[in-house]
Amino acid sequence: MRRLSWFNTVSLTLGFAFLYIPMLILIVYSFNGGKLVTVWSGFSTKWYGELFRNEAFLDAAWVTLKVAVMSSTIATVLGTMAAYVMVRAGRFHGRTLFSGMIYAPLVMPEVITGLSLLLLFIAIGLDRGVLTIVLAHTTFSMCYVSVVVSSRLVTFDQSLEEAALDLGCTGFEAFRLVTLPIIAPAVISGWLLAFTLSLDDLVIASFTSGPSSTTLPIKIFSAVRLGVSPEINALSTIMIGLVAIGVIGASLTSKRAIAKRAKDEQEAIQ
Amino acid sequence: MSDAATVSAPAEFEPWKDPQAKPLIRFQNVTKRFGDFTAIDDLTIDIFEKEFFALLGPSGCGKTTMMRMLGGFETQTEGQILIDGQDVAPIPPNKRAVNMMFQSYALFPHLSVAENIAFGLKRDKLPKDQIAARVEEMLSLVQLNKFANRKPHQISGGQRQRVALARSLAKAPKLLLLDEPLGALDKKLRQDTQFELMDIQEQTGTTFVIVTHDQEEAMTVASRIAVMDHGKIIQVDTPAKIYEEPGSIYVADFIGDVNLIEGNVTNSGDDHATISWAEGQQDLIGIAHDEIPAGTSATLAIRPEKVNISTEKPADMTNIVHGKVLDIAYLGNMSTYVIETPTGQHIKAQAANTRRIRRRAITWEQEVWLSFTDTAGVVLTS
Repeated sequence: MRRLSWFNTVSLTLGFAFLYIPMLILIVYSFNGGKLVTVWSGFSTKWYGELFRNEAFLDAAWVTLKVAVMSSTIATVLGTMAAYVMVRAGRFHGRTLFSGMIYAPLVMPEVITGLSLLLLFIAIGLDRGVLTIVLAHTTFSMCYVSVVVSSRLVTFDQSLEEAALDLGCTGFEAFRLVTLPIIAPAVISGWLLAFTLSLDDLVIASFTSGPSSTTLPIKIFSAVRLGVSPEINALSTIMIGLVAIGVIGASLTSKRAIAKRAKDEQEAIQ
Repeated sequence: MSDAATVSAPAEFEPWKDPQAKPLIRFQNVTKRFGDFTAIDDLTIDIFEKEFFALLGPSGCGKTTMMRMLGGFETQTEGQILIDGQDVAPIPPNKRAVNMMFQSYALFPHLSVAENIAFGLKRDKLPKDQIAARVEEMLSLVQLNKFANRKPHQISGGQRQRVALARSLAKAPKLLLLDEPLGALDKKLRQDTQFELMDIQEQTGTTFVIVTHDQEEAMTVASRIAVMDHGKIIQVDTPAKIYEEPGSIYVADFIGDVNLIEGNVTNSGDDHATISWAEGQQDLIGIAHDEIPAGTSATLAIRPEKVNISTEKPADMTNIVHGKVLDIAYLGNMSTYVIETPTGQHIKAQAANTRRIRRRAITWEQEVWLSFTDTAGVVLTS
């Protein structure tokens, strides 16, 4: 291990401090015994207990989880399909336009996405609720999935699929039995990414949610406007934990897949 | 090289000479275009059952496209491809009695060796015990029984090649396509594997069509070779014929080492032609099956190992060339001499090194005579 110079140490410390001190404060105060958020009065986990007795928060958490699971699953299916077509179908009429349009939501301001979805749902007379949030989250997280999956498919040896066809598979069987198991790590990390994105989305959800379907970020946001309570701190700490697990999980799966591929390739050379 | 060729083409197996024989594969005026690029240009050829047929040519000559059309991965733009008398254009790859061994082997990395071999059999919905028996049989054929449960990345390159072969043979296809099957192996392993491939082809009686750019490989394994260039077949013949009697300068030059001596035909007939090629040098005679009109410019193609080199003028040889030694390449088992004639033409001659290097009679700058018989070279006009 190389020792860092004093300059590197300082920049590293500053950088991390900038990124993580706010969250650290939040986590520390979630274990505060007193009611005042900014005055420390002893360690306690009572706000976690309080939180779990708060029906409104629990309902919102349940809605958020449902939305995240459903939207990330649909987004993974659609995103994988889109990635597959873009990488495999070769040149077809309008391919550039199609692939550009898949990636466009990545850079689209969330407010605009949210507003346009709201207008759409009103136009077709769809009542706002869990379904509309799921649809909205699928829309924007699908492109993240397709980016992750298509970057894996680009390095996928196409003759593997041809070999499957050659040995008697139909096109779908070849995908199910050969392509999918091999690209599975990328698909899983795409799902985790979509899940995390849905979990902490505030803007789009606030456009598309109805009175009966408040997600956790919306709940927190509106609660904070009435004043920060230690309960919110506890809730935020749990969410930070969940998101961290999701992101770390996604990067670990893809990292492991890359390491395995590198190992295979190196052994192939020998 | 020619020794190996005669071994692989036993005299009795020559269905292409029998006008009654029905071909297994027939390409009929097949053309394949990719946009503006013509990969296969009006190609017609028959390949017979149990043949070991090699498609040989430089990269981009269309040999891989031909193979992929047989496998069902490409469809011809014009013409017809018949397998067993049946037009295969509408049949998708998974319904063809044709299997392919891919250049990259395309082994499924998430499946074990045995599962890879069983893959095609499972698609046919065979009963479990039959699949197991067939997998066992295939593993024995390629001597990999010990590795049945390994994953592809846990075995060596040569073993992977054999798994790929076993997998493509498991369904007992009528026709096996091999795309540069030995390209990823090192030279020594490649030579051993060539003979293994020939043994397996004979044992299973399957028709093999192999694509290769390695002429030595094609010479060793094939019963017939099709030399291709720019989407056309230049010559189809047994390895011996291709080597000994190339039909064109392209083929002569592509296969092995050759001296090309340009000149004008002075006399032709009786399966031979004479060319005059340089001032002060004697005319040369070579094989020419068709009569060539006198005065036509022609090229005599002669292999270096068929040229004798001597320090004194040989008395009883038809073709004699006089020159000076320009270069000597010592190859261990033999030496190649490059001789320059007074007119500046370079001619190579090869001689086996039966004596130790110190006792060799010929050295640089020495005046020598080259000689060869009237059947050693061929006179070519194209």
